[in-house]
Amino acid sequence: MTAAPISWFLVLAAVLFGLGALGVLIRRNIIVIFMSIELMLNAVNLVFVAFSRFLHAIDGQVIVFFVMTVAAAEAAVGLAIIISVFRNRETINADDLNLLRW
Amino acid sequence: MSPIVFGILAILLVMSGLGVVLARSPIRSAMSLVMTLFFLAVMFLLLDAQLVAALQIIVYAGAIMVLFLFVIMLLNLQEEPAALGRVGLRYGASFIVSLFVLAAAHFLTTGTLQPGNAMADAVAPGFGSTEQIAERLFTQHIFAFELTSFLLLVAVVSAVVLAKKNLQ
Amino acid sequence: MHETASAVAIHAPYLWLIVALPALGVLIQLFLGERLGKGAVTVVAPAVIFGAFLVAAYSFLQVWGSPPGTSLELNLWPWIYAGSLHVDVALRVDALSGVMIMIVTGVGFLIHVYSTGYMHDDESFARFFTYLNLFMCAMLILVMADNLPLLFVGWEGVGLCSYLLIGFWYQVDANASAGKKAFIVNRVGDAGFLLGLFLIYWNLGAGPHTLSFGELATHAHEIPLPVVGLATLLMFVGATGKSAQLPLYVWLPDAMAGPTPVSALIHAATMVTAGVYMITRMNFLFVLAPQTMAVIATVGALTAIFAASIGLVQNDIKKVLAYSTVSQLGYMFLAVGVGAFSAAVFHLMTHAFFKGLLFLGSGSVIHGMGGEQDMRKMGGLKHHMPWTYRTFLVGTIAIAGIPPLAGFFSKDLILAHAFATFPVLWGLGMCAAAMTSFYMFRLFYMTFEGECRADEHTKHHIHESPASMTVPLMILAVLSIVGGWVGLPEFVLWGNRFDEFLAPVIHAAHGEHLAESTEIILMLASVAVAVGGWFTARTFYVTRPELPKQLADSWADLYETLSQKYYVDEIYDAVFVQPIFVLSNWLWRFFDVAIIDGLVNGAASFVSGNSSVWRRLQTGNVQHYAVSMLVGAVLVLGYFALR
Repeated sequence: MTAAPISWFLVLAAVLFGLGALGVLIRRNIIVIFMSIELMLNAVNLVFVAFSRFLHAIDGQVIVFFVMTVAAAEAAVGLAIIISVFRNRETINADDLNLLRW
Repeated sequence: MSPIVFGILAILLVMSGLGVVLARSPIRSAMSLVMTLFFLAVMFLLLDAQLVAALQIIVYAGAIMVLFLFVIMLLNLQEEPAALGRVGLRYGASFIVSLFVLAAAHFLTTGTLQPGNAMADAVAPGFGSTEQIAERLFTQHIFAFELTSFLLLVAVVSAVVLAKKNLQ
Repeated sequence: MHETASAVAIHAPYLWLIVALPALGVLIQLFLGERLGKGAVTVVAPAVIFGAFLVAAYSFLQVWGSPPGTSLELNLWPWIYAGSLHVDVALRVDALSGVMIMIVTGVGFLIHVYSTGYMHDDESFARFFTYLNLFMCAMLILVMADNLPLLFVGWEGVGLCSYLLIGFWYQVDANASAGKKAFIVNRVGDAGFLLGLFLIYWNLGAGPHTLSFGELATHAHEIPLPVVGLATLLMFVGATGKSAQLPLYVWLPDAMAGPTPVSALIHAATMVTAGVYMITRMNFLFVLAPQTMAVIATVGALTAIFAASIGLVQNDIKKVLAYSTVSQLGYMFLAVGVGAFSAAVFHLMTHAFFKGLLFLGSGSVIHGMGGEQDMRKMGGLKHHMPWTYRTFLVGTIAIAGIPPLAGFFSKDLILAHAFATFPVLWGLGMCAAAMTSFYMFRLFYMTFEGECRADEHTKHHIHESPASMTVPLMILAVLSIVGGWVGLPEFVLWGNRFDEFLAPVIHAAHGEHLAESTEIILMLASVAVAVGGWFTARTFYVTRPELPKQLADSWADLYETLSQKYYVDEIYDAVFVQPIFVLSNWLWRFFDVAIIDGLVNGAASFVSGNSSVWRRLQTGNVQHYAVSMLVGAVLVLGYFALR
């Protein structure tokens, strides 16, 4: 039986990426924004793995390895920042964090 | 069988993704994301990426999401109140994102970016196994590996410093 | 047409000393004057001038002892080398500038000595001598310059020093204004000078030009005649400003606000003669423009009589002398205009002697009277100030033109040449001579003879001036007596040695020669006129003192007009000054404020307004920024996808 063509995987990844982007743009809770970013990263991982399978190159999965590591580091630091912000301003509503306004 | 499995998984993924984005409560969002990660792990298995799938569950769902949940509970976040007067952004963003996705879908399947159907090729045995990844990782990408470990060190230090309470 | 005798140029490496010594004096007094005190300045300032005088005398004797046409030259360094201009800083002492440097340093030295006495109680003693030395430096540059641009440097320099010295007591507003007036009116003249200079340069042929007088003399014929006429006219305008002729004389009477030694040195003996000197220097060009010469002669004669008429009724002793100076300068220009250049320089020299003497004498009077300058409050001073009285009498006789004193020979020479060329101008000159004699003796009688009309307090303090002031007076008196004997009429004794000496520098024809008999008749007429003026003055102020008042009353309007100097200052104010004020005001309000400020402020407010619109992009909301990024990404991808 035929496996799913790769383009399907890519379209799926695009949809997931779009969902993640939507979350980043629409939600005001910063934690949720972060999670949407993670979703986007995962969509990218899917693309890498799909191409790795498609091109018979293991490097794609190695890259995924790195992406995950970076995502972990980023999540840790980002959450620490969020805690800091919450301590100072008692809010994590993105609308309220507009100090760089004109 | 693969297309059917793929289809079911795809639908489940999209639904849980929607759950992440649309859930009111952050806890629900986090739970949806965990589910998404699990489904993605299965998807990776479908693509002969065994180690990556395992790592996905262990690292992503197991560590990162736990961290998220810790923070959510630490900050005792409540439900997000309804948006006031931010409708324009919502609609605009939705529109643009859908444009993007639709365009990507179009071009990937029928347009110039179509890669073809070469998925049918069988892969060599041992493809996606730990040995193969390890071999590539520790020889060709050794420099990136070392840098990444350094990056992790930096992340640990900065997370500690940032989250520390100010000494009085 | 005189050709220059073999123009030999001797390299004279010491010439720069003549200019450098006064400059050294300036530096010493400028930086150390306050610290060293009055005693040191009293020695240093005249000493540097005396040093310059010695070097000048040496140079003069060199020229005198050499064959005619010799000149001492010194090229110091290259100055302006741009395009076809190759102007150097070069000094030159020939017969003409030799005479000038002798006059300038000699009379200048005497006046410096005089000033040490006159300015003794002034607190800005050092500053005075700084300016005075600076003036000497600039004047010497002017007369020793070998080219027109360097002459102009000296020209401007003396103008600056004139401003500084007229407004020396600047704490009084009127003095500062007088200084400004002098400078601004001079500026008008200088514009003419520069335009003339540019015209000349523009019309010279090809090749590098040094603009030295030798070069200009050889190339003068290359310039088209209409240009020559215009250029010389413009340069005469410059001379008009510097030498106080119609219509730019108005600054000189006001310049009397400065200390009297300044009036003597700058506004009698040296600076005001710069115009005459310049034209004489450029005589090779002026003789090519007979129309300009006619204009010069006419302006000179008219100025002579115009100023003399004003001097008839002035009551301030220095104002009389000021108008007298304007009048005598008119004679010099009359001489130049009729081609008698050496006669003009001769009169320049004698005038330096007797006018310097008269000014210094008046300074002595003012000093003795405790600052009083109104002649109506003077009188009978001959008993209190004998030396001043005697020397002043010598000066008065000299300026009236009574032989054998200096003024007679020089003035008569001018009038003789005038008669030969434009008899009408001779007539004007004679009238002016009559008036000159009259008002000078009027001044003399009012000041020194009769009863003293001063108040009690002043009377007690009248005293003769110290030796530092009277000795220069005596020296100048001697010069006023014998100074004319170098330029005797041709048929008397040794003739006109002065003219012979200057001949190599003057390229002009000497004008028609008058018959000996005509000359003698003219001389007698001059003497008669001079004596007549004296006699009238004596009648009016000694024998029948009620006459002046009667005459003034019966001709009240004329008297008033003369007294008010023909209202020239008021006319200038109405015609030139006020319109310029109005124009400036309008320009300020319309142009400066509205347009220029508007442009500048407008640029600023444009940027400000613009940015207040664009700054709204910075909402501080990260998600807004993310939207922009997404839009951008989509566009880029779309472009690549659609390609």
